[in-house]
Amino acid sequence: MTMSDKTRTLKSVTEKNLGILGHNVLNTINGLGKFTNYLTSVCYWAFKPPYRWHLFTQQMYFIANKSLFIICLVSVFSGAVFAYQTYLGFQGLGFDSFIGPVVAISLAKELAPVLSGLVIAGRCGAAMAANIGTMKVTEQVDALEVMGINSHQYLAVPRIAAAIISMPILSSIFLLVGNVGSWLIGVKVLRIDEMTYLQKIPEFMGMDDIFEGLIKATVFGFLIAVIGTFHGFEVKGGAEGVGRGTNLAVVWGMVIVLIVDFFLTSFLAVIL
Amino acid sequence: MSHDEFAMEFIDMTKTFGEHTVLNHLNFKIHRGKITTILGFSGAGKSTLLKHILGLLFPTHGKAIVLGEDLSHLRELELREFRKKFGMLFQYAALFDSMTTFENIAFPLREFTKMSEAEIKQKVEDLMESVGLAEHATYRLPSELSGGMRKRVGLARALALEPEIMLYDEPTTGLDPITTKMVNDLIKSTSERNKAKKMTSVIISHDIDATLKISDYVAFLEKGQVVEHLPTEEFRKSQNPIIRRFLEL
Repeated sequence: MTMSDKTRTLKSVTEKNLGILGHNVLNTINGLGKFTNYLTSVCYWAFKPPYRWHLFTQQMYFIANKSLFIICLVSVFSGAVFAYQTYLGFQGLGFDSFIGPVVAISLAKELAPVLSGLVIAGRCGAAMAANIGTMKVTEQVDALEVMGINSHQYLAVPRIAAAIISMPILSSIFLLVGNVGSWLIGVKVLRIDEMTYLQKIPEFMGMDDIFEGLIKATVFGFLIAVIGTFHGFEVKGGAEGVGRGTNLAVVWGMVIVLIVDFFLTSFLAVIL
Repeated sequence: MSHDEFAMEFIDMTKTFGEHTVLNHLNFKIHRGKITTILGFSGAGKSTLLKHILGLLFPTHGKAIVLGEDLSHLRELELREFRKKFGMLFQYAALFDSMTTFENIAFPLREFTKMSEAEIKQKVEDLMESVGLAEHATYRLPSELSGGMRKRVGLARALALEPEIMLYDEPTTGLDPITTKMVNDLIKSTSERNKAKKMTSVIISHDIDATLKISDYVAFLEKGQVVEHLPTEEFRKSQNPIIRRFLEL
């Protein structure tokens, strides 16, 4: 291969890769633009009557009530395993009586909102995307629009409002049941003095720790529902499109919960 | 334009998506109180035209005037209000799959009227009867209904608010001959029943045999332009080579 051939090949490969890069950048910008438009529309329509309370309560039932069992299951084991790991770490240092407050603070500030968020992103974010996506491909969304009903207002707003209200409730239940799991391991299995265990919790944990968790849970609820519904409305094609939309809703819902958690923690550490 | 004589008018209407021109200087009027079928091959611009009628898309150039209103001048909320004058039967009926037949038909009544539940029940029963739906279908979900029954429910829902314009998007595509005849009879009888109210029906289709039997006027769309717009009988005799090719398929 001559030098000029090599140069030509290198040029063509570079052009191709730059083309792919440019295409991806444009796609990302396009996606962000669509998401911003969607967010604006949802925020606008959320405050416009009619307020469909029956849809809101239906969604509350689905998100909060129907997730109760899985939240309790995850929280009791999370509290238990976290208590045990803390015990193993603290045992040699003689701090084993601190298991109660360490687990309680971790649950309140991090584990309860984040793990509830991950569970709800998997369970409800996916369902929102699948439900709206199926309605989109079967022209049910078009039917709403043709009737003069804004599909964002009818389908997205009740889901987002219900997720915003449900998430702090679920996170609080997670906190409570997680502490029960921790108490079972700490007091009943590891034989830590019950009075010490219980007294140390209010000594180290304040209301601001609980507030921090509740604020996070509320924000996560909003984000999970916005992402879930957005990917539902973005579905194109048939069953394959619905599958892709559902997958994106779950993946992005979970990733965003973890990323936003970091920034919220930094922000709330300053203001609380 | 006389709003009494024509329900819609498209004036020099062009729609482009990027480089691609879908509707190309379209000029034609749709008669009020009549059944007009818009025929054309796939990709001729029929669905795009339908979206312009509903105000879901706006012309890049020219005007779409529906019931005397230039839709591009209406604001979002006005447009939504305006759409209540339309009823639409979708290709696959587009019934809400989480709702029963009754709930689907009652949906627009619950959303847009202040009717009591007793009045809604009566109205739904009347609508079901008018489209020939048996009582046993009342509390069935769409998944439990046949294709023909779904069309009937879709039509009853579309008629619930007594629309001035009824749109049919490929109403007979993919149906067996018996159901096709049933749907055509339904379109014809719906139009006849609402003649006094001057309800305009627009059918978007490529099913030539089915639509020629029930239409008053036929418009043929080709490459974004209306190449022929005639009363049905004259359309059958048209010597336009594109129409002849389509009719002789």
